[in-house]
Amino acid sequence: MSDYRIVSFEAVAQAVSDLCGKAACDLPPDVLDRLRQMEARETSELGRDFFAQYLENARIAREERMPLCQDTGFAVCFVELGDRVRFDRGTIYEAISEGVARGYREHYLRKSIVNDPLFDRKNTQDNTPPVIHLELVPGEKLHITLAPKGGGSENMSAIRMLKPSDGRQGVVDFAVETLRKAGGNPCPPTVVGMGIGGTFEKAAFLAKKALLRKTGDPNPDPRYAELEAEILEKINATGVGPQGLGGSVTTLAVHIEFFPCHIASLPVAINVNCHAARHAEVEL
Amino acid sequence: MNTIKLTTPLSLETVRSLKAGDRVLLSGVIWTGRDQAHKRLVALLDDGKPLPCNLDGQVIYFVGPCPAKPGMPIGSAGPTTSYRMDAYSPRLLAECGLRGMIGKGARTAPVVEAMKQYGAVYFAATGGAGALIARCVKKCELVAFPDLGPEAIYRLEVEDFPLVVATDANGETLYR
Repeated sequence: MSDYRIVSFEAVAQAVSDLCGKAACDLPPDVLDRLRQMEARETSELGRDFFAQYLENARIAREERMPLCQDTGFAVCFVELGDRVRFDRGTIYEAISEGVARGYREHYLRKSIVNDPLFDRKNTQDNTPPVIHLELVPGEKLHITLAPKGGGSENMSAIRMLKPSDGRQGVVDFAVETLRKAGGNPCPPTVVGMGIGGTFEKAAFLAKKALLRKTGDPNPDPRYAELEAEILEKINATGVGPQGLGGSVTTLAVHIEFFPCHIASLPVAINVNCHAARHAEVEL
Repeated sequence: MNTIKLTTPLSLETVRSLKAGDRVLLSGVIWTGRDQAHKRLVALLDDGKPLPCNLDGQVIYFVGPCPAKPGMPIGSAGPTTSYRMDAYSPRLLAECGLRGMIGKGARTAPVVEAMKQYGAVYFAATGGAGALIARCVKKCELVAFPDLGPEAIYRLEVEDFPLVVATDANGETLYR
């Protein structure tokens, strides 16, 4: 048993609590850089005005510790947990949940979770439960990424089981159609995460995970990088624009993750994120 | 582009003069309300009971703010997506004299038709700019439905709240 690294429950809870405050108030540098880059490409006067407001909003949020957006989101956590890590008490799920409850209380974040989707819809009052994606990795690592997800953009997400014969063009058309239909609802300019391949749920998971990539970084596979660039260009050609009020920048970046898939299938999931593409991480 | 300074309540004449694309700085009293509050307001109308606030000439802001830090009037307070209120808005326009709504994203045809018929305007606030917008809120008072937390109805006093006329009372709109 001496091979195990013991991590304290309290350390995890406090780290997650800190991440909640940081993610809500500090727009990550990669998103800020991308906003500045894309601002230069916006041709509409009103659109440029929105970009100026996003950057000013990010400054106020950072300096005054005021959340960037009132929708401080569903606490979605991606955890890489080393197989030699153990906790002094409880489970990783309980520790993260405790951290979310503490963070949303102490940082004055909005509690946006209801206990039952259909019947009760009663607010749980502490923004729990979080959604936790756990990945077991070799060794002593414990890495937590928190990506609070707003409801407005999440609602515009979509998944479709394409036919293999739909191919590349089918993927492009589905993405452009989804973002055109979303219009101003998801707070464009958006960041678009796509999962291609795998199964139904694997594609959705990859689409969410794709949002964690440094904004605007291309997929390392040049074929997928080219596809990302083409989809970005075509979404921006729709003219939906910032806030859906017209302009040349509807989306800041398209990130694709892919996975092997069944001979009969071509699952494609699209997870839409707003321009306040929040994420924060910690290594424990 | 025009920037027009407006103070609530809004007259029918003022509302009819606004054009899609006008930029507005809005001051005065506005009322918050989102999904659950709208559902309850319409249920009160169905039962023939009085509403907790008189909406005649008034503006509703679709928002569920963050909790206020001590000493601050409100927390982050940007708009929520408006289409979820589309099932309820025509009733408030037809029966209560509501003159304006603030949110984000396009409205459906029945809402736009009611806006044209009764004279009302739909303003877009900047989604995802809740910290910036919170600075325009000078006062916030709970009015109704405290059990709804962020979804309760609050009376806000705002100063120079930056908005765009997204859909005007003639049904002209910036959304495509």
